[in-house]
Amino acid sequence: MRWEKVMGLEVHLQLATQSKIFSSSSTTFGADPNNHTNPLDMALPGTLPVLNHEAVTKAIIFGLGVGAEIGKISRFDRKNYFYPDLPKGYQISQFFEPIVKEGVFDVPMPDGSIFPVRILRAHLEEDAGKSVHDAIPDQTGIDLNRAGTPLLEVVTEPDFRTADQVVAYLKALHALVTYLGISDGNMAEGSMRCDVNLSLRLEGEEEYGIRTELKNINSFRFIERAIYVEAERQQDILESGGEVTQETRLFDPDADETRSMRSKEVANDYRYFPDPDLLPVVVDDTTIERIRAELPELPAVKRARFTDQLGLSQYDASLLTQDRATAEFFEAVSARCNNPKSAANWILGDVSANLNKSGTTLNESPLVAETLADLIIRIDDGTLSSKMAKTVFDALWDGSSDVDEIIEQKGLKQVSDTGALETIVNDLIANNPAQVEQYRAADEGKQKKLIGFFVGQAMKASKGQANPQMLNQLLKEKLS
Amino acid sequence: MTSSFQTVASLRSKLANRDVSSVELTRDALARISDLNPELNAVISSSEENAMKAATQADEAREKGNDSPLLGIPMLHKDIFCTQGLPTTCASKMLANFVAPYDATVVRRLDDAGMITLGKSNMDEFAMGSSNETSYFGACKNPWDTSRVPGGSSGGSASAVAAGLAPLATGTDTGGSIRQPAALCGITGLKPTYGRVSRYGMIAFASSMDQAGPMARTAEDCALVLEAMAGADPLDSTCADQSVPRYSSHLTDTIEGMRVGVPKEFFSSDLNSDVAAAIEASLAELEGMGAKLVDVSLPSTSLGVSTYYIIAPAEASANLSRYDGVRYGYRCENPVDLQDLYLRSRSEGFGDEVKRRILVGAFTLSAASYDEYFMKAQQVRRLIAQEYDDVLSQVDVIAGPSAPNTAFALNDSSKSITDMYMEDVFTIGANLAGLPAMSIPAGLVGGLPVGMQLIGRRFGEVDILKLAHQFQQRTTWHNLTPTLEERH
Repeated sequence: MRWEKVMGLEVHLQLATQSKIFSSSSTTFGADPNNHTNPLDMALPGTLPVLNHEAVTKAIIFGLGVGAEIGKISRFDRKNYFYPDLPKGYQISQFFEPIVKEGVFDVPMPDGSIFPVRILRAHLEEDAGKSVHDAIPDQTGIDLNRAGTPLLEVVTEPDFRTADQVVAYLKALHALVTYLGISDGNMAEGSMRCDVNLSLRLEGEEEYGIRTELKNINSFRFIERAIYVEAERQQDILESGGEVTQETRLFDPDADETRSMRSKEVANDYRYFPDPDLLPVVVDDTTIERIRAELPELPAVKRARFTDQLGLSQYDASLLTQDRATAEFFEAVSARCNNPKSAANWILGDVSANLNKSGTTLNESPLVAETLADLIIRIDDGTLSSKMAKTVFDALWDGSSDVDEIIEQKGLKQVSDTGALETIVNDLIANNPAQVEQYRAADEGKQKKLIGFFVGQAMKASKGQANPQMLNQLLKEKLS
Repeated sequence: MTSSFQTVASLRSKLANRDVSSVELTRDALARISDLNPELNAVISSSEENAMKAATQADEAREKGNDSPLLGIPMLHKDIFCTQGLPTTCASKMLANFVAPYDATVVRRLDDAGMITLGKSNMDEFAMGSSNETSYFGACKNPWDTSRVPGGSSGGSASAVAAGLAPLATGTDTGGSIRQPAALCGITGLKPTYGRVSRYGMIAFASSMDQAGPMARTAEDCALVLEAMAGADPLDSTCADQSVPRYSSHLTDTIEGMRVGVPKEFFSSDLNSDVAAAIEASLAELEGMGAKLVDVSLPSTSLGVSTYYIIAPAEASANLSRYDGVRYGYRCENPVDLQDLYLRSRSEGFGDEVKRRILVGAFTLSAASYDEYFMKAQQVRRLIAQEYDDVLSQVDVIAGPSAPNTAFALNDSSKSITDMYMEDVFTIGANLAGLPAMSIPAGLVGGLPVGMQLIGRRFGEVDILKLAHQFQQRTTWHNLTPTLEERH
């Protein structure tokens, strides 16, 4: 018998609004503790929440992005629990009537196939603050800068069976929200946080097993491992005849294990009820259509266009559309050089390697789409060999910006002039009679090897600037 | 003493005519507070220095040509309104040392109108009570008989206005907390339509019903002050974006033929028969003024108290969760861990009635009882609101008693908790339905005031104010004052 994992995801996305969801405080990350707070964020008596409609707009954009139904009337509710980083003693959330209802989100898998994930709902809520354990010796501090940052919690149906699917979904979700500009999706700063609900069942079973919730896994790398480790743990329990406890668990990457956390919380009763301080959020069709009209091209549409119109492979198209900056960079390069395949190869090859090495993003790099396109143009018109192109590329990366200038400065122009090449080849044949003799006597197979000598010599004579294809052609003609 | 028992309207003209200055009024009022408050305990904290400074500024502004109607008139704020720089306690140990870094919108607006804040008035803790006995700062006394309660929760405001400590005080009304004490102390109190006055900076009890309003000697004064208090506020989403009428200029509009509905359920066995007689006499007076009395029925009246005592505690249980000893307010000594910090800070910081309501609220919201209690109560609330709306489509105003009895004795051990809740039986409906309602003096029974309640249509404050004003032109109940021994 084989065990099958059943997983559903809850992803919290911090929405990229200027101010908090119910107060005018800034949402900027990284300020000194409690500098981005006002009386409401501290839950002083008498303060009242006032909805930031920008958060609603961003939630609607998301809903339309995953093809979900938008709640025409949604409401805010209070979720009651005590925690030091939750100043009001309740979180304002949408429990009964969320802003985004059911939808289906098509996730591209690495093999090019599409994995449809059913979105159950996405609702608006406010983030909590943070407990700070290392600021004051033996005491816990509270930093409320994050308290009230707008979150969109995206809940899926339990559609995931493998960690690969989970990772692919998160990557696609990340791509989507950055495309839509509704969240920066920065996992390290907590802009995108993922909880995985995981249970096991024997393959072929209909019933779901008892699940645990893995909280706040903050990198793609940890997610796969956390799922693996937790599934192993549950399997051990089930195979030894035990029962999984429904609880919240935390993945500890150092210990490579999951640990029970706030197990009381499962038994917690959040006593949800409608928040009387806030009016229902009413969204009319006109608003929805206006927002829909302003949506950017979504990753899935772009992907299809890249394969169908630009002739890219599914794989390349998926990689290029993973974030909006890369996709737009690719499109700019491709449009200028009119060679999509080469543009894709450069971006997914050298550009991406350099970015990885320097740990920067495309926007931060010195490379501009126009100059990369110029580079490709110079390869395509025979000015540059691929080897020379690398040299030019390195110069571009170091901050130079004019391809022709670099070619000029470094004397990299490829010799494609037939007359010049002919002179070189004629000299070569005249000066190396023994090798010529050997070549002419050899069979076709051997000749292929022997011609290398002439190519090498000719390259040397041209200081590496001879056009290799033309050189080859010319040598073959003259030697035969 | 020149200023005690005078109305806002009369002080306004005296100030305008330079018969008196704001500094004189304020000094007199502060003196009367320090004189009588030890006996009444109507005022929790006074702010002599700030008040005198504000009075001086008001006089200066007047000299420069400022003739705002409320300029320079002293008043008290119920200690539920946040006042920047002054303590705001909500009459709780929990907030005994709390000073807000901002003003409530109501405070801001009355300040801007030039009113002088004398101090903060006593109340039931977190506005939970009908006798002012749950105050952490001790019970407040009724100036008509200091062995009796002033009502609650705005008991301090009612007692202070009745005793002439100030011509005006603010109050808040969630289930009758302006009207019942107004009735028991013989003054005029108005609870506006829900959403008429901003709740920003008013410490929340039950957010869907809390509403601030004026407590004064006359309907005219309530009209004048409501004009300054009311209106949209970007800081409160539930505050209506609806223009504010000049209430004071409609007070003499005709009431001829006005239909006044008298619900038979308001004259049930819950109502003291002497109070009933006083109310009936006042209703006859309304008829004599040209109003038409119409028998109406609000069949769900008896469900009001139970409905209210499910919804209000539920909302309160969440509203009061922020008092956790973490950021401000009372914190227990030497907590051993987080659980201990929460448990003891809240156990020691809240009084019994507050704790009772938090427990009730947490229970009715719990997953196991939500449908049976909270949901049901919401449904009944809608039913009650519908009944009021139906009746108010046939009549202009509903009239009846404000409270079932006159002021009762302090520390009355024969009064059970639910007896106490029954004090609100006639007032709760207007809160559940969000309607404007007021209580006006309508007689004396055994030397104690009786209040008549007038309930209007949503945003129909003009109707009840003009009816009340014209009633007060023909009656003298509102002019009666208790006899208090001054100490010097």
